[in-house]
Amino acid sequence: MADSNVKVLGTWASPFVMRVRIALHLKSVGYEYVEENLLEAKSELLLKSNPVHKKVPVLIHGDKPVCESLIIVQYIDEVWTSAPSILPSDPYDRAESRFWAAYVNDKFFPALRRVLISTEEARKVAMAEILEGVVLLEEAFKKLSKGKAFFGGDNLGYVDLAVGSLLAWIKVIEKFTETEALSEAKTPSLAAWADCFSSHAAVKDVFPDVDKLVDFGMKLRAKFSKAATAAAATTTN
Amino acid sequence: MAEEVKLFKTWSSRFSLRVVWAFKIKGIDYESIDEDLSNKSDLLLHYNPVYKKVPVLVHNGNPISESTVILEYIDDTWKQNPLLPEDPVERARQRFWAKFNEENLLPTIWAIFTTEGKDLEEAMAAWVENLKFVEEELKGKKLFGGEKLGVADLVFGWLANLIGIFEEVSGLKIVDERYPLLLTWMQVFSELPVIKETWPPHDKMITKYQALYEKYHPAK
Repeated sequence: MADSNVKVLGTWASPFVMRVRIALHLKSVGYEYVEENLLEAKSELLLKSNPVHKKVPVLIHGDKPVCESLIIVQYIDEVWTSAPSILPSDPYDRAESRFWAAYVNDKFFPALRRVLISTEEARKVAMAEILEGVVLLEEAFKKLSKGKAFFGGDNLGYVDLAVGSLLAWIKVIEKFTETEALSEAKTPSLAAWADCFSSHAAVKDVFPDVDKLVDFGMKLRAKFSKAATAAAATTTN
Repeated sequence: MAEEVKLFKTWSSRFSLRVVWAFKIKGIDYESIDEDLSNKSDLLLHYNPVYKKVPVLVHNGNPISESTVILEYIDDTWKQNPLLPEDPVERARQRFWAKFNEENLLPTIWAIFTTEGKDLEEAMAAWVENLKFVEEELKGKKLFGGEKLGVADLVFGWLANLIGIFEEVSGLKIVDERYPLLLTWMQVFSELPVIKETWPPHDKMITKYQALYEKYHPAK
């Protein structure tokens, strides 16, 4: 049952929104979910709650908005302190978790995005970065999981949410480029983990339908290609 | 018990300086290893294989990279003089603004420093938008951390030194009188005992950034 004290503003396609919802599910916190319409104007509530970036996700707890997905996940972990913990308790393990989550946000996700919206040459470069990235993440998984099913060990943790939320989009770009990024041959641990992640009780209801996401991805691609072409046309003089 | 606390840094790195400040605030002894980024040490490459950058903190053999990750690690490990308060809302607020600095302010200031003509105009416009939000955030606060120095102050700290240097080198006015709260914060921050004597040598910075500016703005 929804707890009217907690609201999440989001969109179905956003991996960042997914992170927040999974975190709330892990903590068994009820919330009201408000779907922002990506194709229409942003809602008053969104603009008021996130005036700086005007983006989802936003968590509104009572009357306090919290923005930026990983910051929200940490907030959730710090407010609802019942098990399971999303961040580990050991400071060094926490630092490793923060490092890899930041890597996903700062390097891996932008490369994913470039694969989707770039023209051929830039797309090839971005895809090469993705293929290097999954090798790094495979190594990180082996180190952080300590032989267990998830980056977080027995339970979903911070890095699981950071990486796992991108799995559907990874599938989209795999289809788009006809290249495998995750595979049993090249990234066996990640491939196994991906199945565990997407079928987890806290995840499966918010894991987007990949075909629907492919359609949406192609629309995004068209939108950004047009914008890029228009921008190029106005700056060539 | 002998504790290994090593910081790989450079003399001018604004990111390394954040870690130096955190150590000073908490009274932590550390060994400083100054790197030459044109000739990185094997140790640095070993400890930070992903980014190959400074700062890197090595604590009892464990390496930690990325300055904001290091700051949170320091706060988790050494509990005196906390850099983040207990309240989760306040913690989220400071983390938000730290992120804003990294993803909005820093790329924009770099664009201002390195571009000309229309690109510079666009960078300045973005900068003005950014500063409006920063000025708003400082309302009713002594520091970004509120009453006490916090992580957000350490992350914004570069402004208090580098804006002056960039203005001197470029001849541009980058933070003007439209931002009185920010200007006051820059002064207050610089005067804090833990910050005061930590800036890299001014002349050396001018030389460095003059050379960099000329690289991006070759004389015609």
